[in-house]
Amino acid sequence: MSSAWDITFEVRPPRAVFVNFPLNHQTGKAHDPALQRQILLDAFRAFETLWTPGQMLTLPNVWDPNDRAWEAKDWGPDFESYGTTGTTLQGTPERILNRAATAEHA
Amino acid sequence: MPIAYIQRLRERYAAHPPYKWAHHTDAPWAPLAKPISKSRLALISSGGFYLEGQPPFEENDTSYRLIPKTVDVRELRIHHHGYSDADVDRDPNCVFPMDRLRELESVGAIGELADVALSFVMVYSPRREIQERAPAMIAELKARSVDAVLLVPV
Repeated sequence: MSSAWDITFEVRPPRAVFVNFPLNHQTGKAHDPALQRQILLDAFRAFETLWTPGQMLTLPNVWDPNDRAWEAKDWGPDFESYGTTGTTLQGTPERILNRAATAEHA
Repeated sequence: MPIAYIQRLRERYAAHPPYKWAHHTDAPWAPLAKPISKSRLALISSGGFYLEGQPPFEENDTSYRLIPKTVDVRELRIHHHGYSDADVDRDPNCVFPMDRLRELESVGAIGELADVALSFVMVYSPRREIQERAPAMIAELKARSVDAVLLVPV
């Protein structure tokens, strides 16, 4: 599952599915189980039908039909890589998932 | 048009020694022996997920963690060099779709979900990934008679 076409193209795995979403959303948007399910089902079909080593299938999903601004921002100069959850433990790259958010977890 | 992430990361980390991106001109091949609806499928994530009670990952760590498929994803922890995790924090299914995989198993879209997912954090040496981590993970999957793997790199 890839959201970085260029990186996956260089790695050349046996088969890949490309979802043109911001990095770290390859299997869907947060709290959108229908979308997450559909992406996985599409990936399974690709698994069964991509039959040439190194092929990559682009899924037709669009992150936001009304706003493509994320494409200019994602990992650009001012991009904040740790998000805004404030759960970084000092001095380590460990983060504990935001407990405050668990209430909204479906 | 897909984003040129390699170029963006090169510019972002211009002050650091340049990362040597993997570059392969051909792909390995392993044919799928049967449909996913008849296969035992395992999830592999490089998102650095682990559970309380398991050792956290360290720098240059080529180990991996076994995450039971029965896991409550809200219990997952992350150790990673850094990614935009705000949405993963809210819903790990963005990159670790264990809730959805269990549902798809229950409706028969997956023959069987392997009893564990494998989780790790990349190291900066492709040689160590290939020579140390990959063989151990392959042995782990073969011992569990896994037919297919869904790899979600982070």
